[in-house]
Order: sequence, then structure tokens, then C-alpha cells
Amino acid sequence: MAYQHTIAGRVYRFNNLKGLLAKASPHRSGDVLAGLAAETYEERVAAQITLADVPLKDFLADAVIPYEQDEVTRLIIDGHNKEAFQIISHFTVGQLRDWLLLDETDNRILKNIEDAVTPEMAAAVSKIMRNQDLIAVAKKIEVITRFRDTIGLKGHFATRLQPNHPTDDAKGIAASLIEGLLYGSGDAVIGVNPATDSPAAVLNILMLIDQLRQQFDIPTQSCVLSHITTTLELVNQNAPVDICFQSVAGTQKANTSFGIDLDLLTEAHQATSALNRGTIGNNVMYFETGQGSALSANAHHGVDQQTCEVRAYAVAKKYKPLLVNSVVGFIGPEYLYDGKQIIRAALEDHFCGKLLGLPMGVDVCYTNHAEADQDDMDNLLTLLGVAGCNFIMGIPGSDDIMLNYQSTSFHDALYLRKVLGLRPAPEFEKWLIKQGIIDENGYRLALAANNLLKKTKGLWLK
Amino acid sequence: MVEIEKADGSEDYQISFLRQFTSARIGIGSSGAAIPTKPALEFKMAHAHARDAVYSRMDTEMLTDELIQFKLPVLALHSKATNREQYLQRPDMGRSLDELSSNRLADQITNNGIVIIIADGLSAAAINKNVLVLLKLLIPRLTDAGYKLAPICLVEQGRVAIGDEIAAELGASFSVMLIGERPGLSSADSMGAYLTYQPKPGLTDDARNCVSNIRTEGLALPTAADKIFYLIQESLKRKLSGVWLKDNQGLLNKL
Repeated sequence: MAYQHTIAGRVYRFNNLKGLLAKASPHRSGDVLAGLAAETYEERVAAQITLADVPLKDFLADAVIPYEQDEVTRLIIDGHNKEAFQIISHFTVGQLRDWLLLDETDNRILKNIEDAVTPEMAAAVSKIMRNQDLIAVAKKIEVITRFRDTIGLKGHFATRLQPNHPTDDAKGIAASLIEGLLYGSGDAVIGVNPATDSPAAVLNILMLIDQLRQQFDIPTQSCVLSHITTTLELVNQNAPVDICFQSVAGTQKANTSFGIDLDLLTEAHQATSALNRGTIGNNVMYFETGQGSALSANAHHGVDQQTCEVRAYAVAKKYKPLLVNSVVGFIGPEYLYDGKQIIRAALEDHFCGKLLGLPMGVDVCYTNHAEADQDDMDNLLTLLGVAGCNFIMGIPGSDDIMLNYQSTSFHDALYLRKVLGLRPAPEFEKWLIKQGIIDENGYRLALAANNLLKKTKGLWLK
Repeated sequence: MVEIEKADGSEDYQISFLRQFTSARIGIGSSGAAIPTKPALEFKMAHAHARDAVYSRMDTEMLTDELIQFKLPVLALHSKATNREQYLQRPDMGRSLDELSSNRLADQITNNGIVIIIADGLSAAAINKNVLVLLKLLIPRLTDAGYKLAPICLVEQGRVAIGDEIAAELGASFSVMLIGERPGLSSADSMGAYLTYQPKPGLTDDARNCVSNIRTEGLALPTAADKIFYLIQESLKRKLSGVWLKDNQGLLNKL
């Protein structure tokens, strides 16, 4: 279906929904690289005005990637809740934006439409929303998940403790892990990116974290972010796998390049669930995504990178994940050039994920060849805190020495909790107080290190 | 099981003792919730070095002068990316030569030897600092072993794959691409070497062997030269490169 709009005598024509979505996307380098971006400011806004008038029903008739060609499209279409769609089926994209922003449209109502909004609808409405709209609507939505603690409650804010080490050295990982705990980090998950993706290497790290967790009875979960086939092998050997990780993308072809498909995800989800290791819930999956992944795999089908990203959330959603993390600034400046683009993309990802009912976290991060620095990350971190983001990363001094990029430090999470009055996950907070790491008001205690390390004697005996 | 022993065996457990186990930025203390001034500024300086490296320029004049010692023609080339901003956003342009450079190459007499290509990549500083030291170790070994060498090419605003176009144009049978790597917070001057057998446009990274982190504090230059020389020999002997060619040097040395 073609769309058009006339501005001062100039006709802008968009051949189909996918072209319109791309042209309406706020400027970012990845869409320029793909040759999909609007060529002028006027064309971009003309596309946004056109998009605002598109009925939501059109999105069900005009798939951006054909149903026959792509299992992610099939997942989206087959999983669409037609009954719930009645609530919003009469809207255009622009009317959806206005409705989302109404005071009456609260968390309860938004929950009712999480299976009615397709990823493409969410992407479309986000493209005509300002940053403050993305924050205001996301803030209303509460997505709660559980394994050994409760993540996503309003007023709470969690972190993934990320104690990576370039050679997976156990003592190196343990040192960063202990430091992180002493800063109150780790309520979302203790998650290590392994340098070596072999079952034996991954098992070593799993055993290390699991032993520490059990020794101190820490109400959190562990995860080693190996490829899902490696994790599945370990699950089948009954290794202590709490959470199963995988990177996912929004097209079947991109997922193929990751070495996965929906059947494999289903198998891993079922196998990990069957271990039954969660104490208060059984959300066992952790997914990572990021704008530009489909393009970088040459698997975007002419769909803009933000729309591809939201389609990845449909994949994630099928498996009721504990955590979904947009690793927004990791991919590099050819996809998101500078702080402005990274911030915008992160707010879009958080909003779209929450609208679809996902427990969204964001890796607030950048690489050294991006036009960004710590100030940009402080801005983004604060905006995400206000928007009610479920979790961020916790990395010693912001410097990941394994993945070679900069993310949020243990300190950053403390800052955010302090300025916004946010607290750790309740079970984890109780543990932090019991261990003498923080007081009832969330302040770190001077003797935190002493308090915990004294008790680690048993573990660290030579 | 991991065992971390406290050195002095005392009851005073300060976090700083954990610092010996990792180069991660742990034990840096805090001012309120924030990182204290000294480590905060140290971090900023590390980032400044990385940023300066991304924007550093290859010293083609100095390199051209110095490369004379190898008695090989030196060609100064440029990619289609006209500046850094474009280079960073358009990797496709960094992978292909501008018109002037293409013409210059077309005028060259082809030979089926090894072509050494030097590109700024994401850290020209890494090239300015390391490339001559490496070539002084590598080129004599190649000539002593009887390999034929093509003109040395210096490429500004270049990415790895631009080497395929250059090598194909020169009719080279093997390419050694020396390029500045993406700077890390503590490694702004790290050079990488990409080795490709029968280079031609359209190859992907699985057709290459890579020796990375070449710098004094990383993979030391003599070791890097050994490794590159070994891989070139093996590659030409077995007529392939990339994932099919494993680095068995350590193993071979023991035999």
C-alpha cells in the first residue's frame, strides 16, 4: 500500500509501510548506511505526518517482511491478540500516541494491550514521539519478573553485576564480583560474558558464581552469557544454570547468523525451566538485543534498524524472560553515531519493550570510536531511571576489560538510586542490610568490605 | 575451586587486596556515591588517549621517508572516505579506493608477490608508533626466504577490506594488512595484522588470519613478527588462509 503527503506543493510518496517507517525514523547513521533514511529534514517530518495518519489496521495487512519468508513475522501475526486489539483497532498511529499519553491510560489499561500492539505498531508510534513522551508512557508500565528475587517493581531499580575478565580467570572474576556486591550490585543477575565459549570454561564460571551465591545465600541468579547451544549442553548435564542467555534479532535471517531459530530457543527455554531452580518465580531467559544487528548481518530486508529491533522483542517475549537488555551503544558509530543518537535509541528501545510487556533494561554504553563520553551516559542513565528502566549494568569503574567498551559503573547505580530515591530488588535489599553492606536508608556502610570479607574466609581458605 | 588468600592473614579486610587479581577498576573507593576525583580523572585521561588515537593522522611523510630503507616503491593511497566523520559512519567507503588512488594503482606493473599494506584504521597513532619496528623485523626475513614483494602501500582512511582491492589491482598473491585497531581504554596504540591468501574484492573475515593487539605492552613486536612470518609461510605452502589455517606455531616449535 502506498502513502503520500504534500508539503508546499511537493508530493512525498512512500511505496509501502516499511519505506514509510524508515523515512519517518529519527536520524541515525545505520539507516543512512543502509540507504533507507530520509534525505532531508522535510522528508522525514513529511513521513512522520503521513505515518501519524496510518490506521493501525494497515499494519496487520502489510507485513514489513513477508509472512512466508520469515518466522519472526509469523510469530508476530500468529500471536496477535485480536480481542485485545478491539481496544485500539480504530486508532491511527497518531491517535495511539495521544491515547497512550492520556492520564486515564494507566498501567492496568496498558497491560491489556501488550499483546495487541505489534512490534511495527510500537516502532511506528515511537517514531512520532518525543523523548519525553517515550519516558512518560514507559514510566506508567510496570513489568515484574521473578526468579530468586523480584525485579521491575515501581520504586526499585536493579543491576546486572558484570564481573568480566579477559581470560576468564576465576580469581579475577571473583574479585570484581565481590567488589560489585559491596556496592549493592547484582540484584538483576550476576552475569559474566565468557572469553571462551566452551562448555568446560563456562561450567567453571557457573560453579564459581553458584558456590559464592550459595555460601552467602544471596537472593539473586547467575548467568554465563555463552551461546545458547553451549548453555543447552550444560543444562542437559544438569549444570547449575539459573538463567539461559541468548542474543536475538528481529529477522529470521539475522537470527540464523546468530546460529539460532525459534525451535532452538523453545528447546532451551523448556530445558532450563525444567531445572526448576527459581525459588519465587520461573522466568529463566535473558535476552540481549541492539539496533543495527540485522543490518550488520545483512539481514534487514530494507527495514529500518529500530523497527528490526522491536521485532526482536517479539522473539524475546515468547519465552517470558527475566531480563531483556538493549545493548544500545555497543555496536558502534556506523549504526548510532553519537550521544544524541544513542540516547534516543535507548529511550525508544525501553519504551517499545515495555509497551510489549517486556522487562526492559539497557546497557548504557559506548565505544571509543563513537562521539560519546561519560556525560552522555550520565544523561541517558538519569533519563532511564526516570522512565522506570528495570535494570542497567554494573561494571568496575565503567571499564569492561573483556569486551573493551564503557558501560555503567557500580557507582552509577548508587547515584541513580540516591537521586531518584530508588531501591534494590526487595529480597536483595534485605540481604544487603543483613550483610551490613547498606543501612535501612540505602547508604553504604563504611565497614561493608570488612563485614562481607570476614565472612568470605570459609570460601577463600587456601 | 578458587582460592584467594589474604596476604597478611590479618582480620582487617580491605577491598584493595583484591586488586592484585584483575586489571579491572576495582578498589577505587567512593566520594558519596561517586567515583573519587583521582580515579575519575584517570579514566577521563584514558578515554582522551583513545579519542585522540581515533582522530590521529598517519604520518605519511615520515613513513614514506623511512620506508625507503626497504628499497621498495611506496604508494600513497586514499579511500573514498574523505574525512574521519565520514569514515566512522560509512565503513563501505573506507573499504574502497578513491579514483585517484585507483588510477595510480592501474599504472603499476603487477607481480604475484606479497603486498604489504599499511592503513590508519581506527588508530593512526598505532601505525606511527609500531609499523616501522615491525617491518624492520619482518621484511628482511621475507626477502631472505626468497619471497617477492610488491610496492608498499600506505592508505589513509582505510579499513581492512580495502586491501583486497589493492592486492587484486597489483596482482599480488598474498596481502599483509597492518592497521590501527579500535583503541581500548588502556590500549590506544594497538596494531592488527590481517593476512589474506589470494586476496580479491568480496572476501569476508573468515578468509583471513588475524594477529591482533600488536604493541609493546600487548603482543610484543618481535613475537608478532615471528607469528606473522610463520603464518605467511604456512599460508603460501598450503595455499589457503583464514579459519582453515590454524596457528599451530607453538606446537610446531616443540617438535
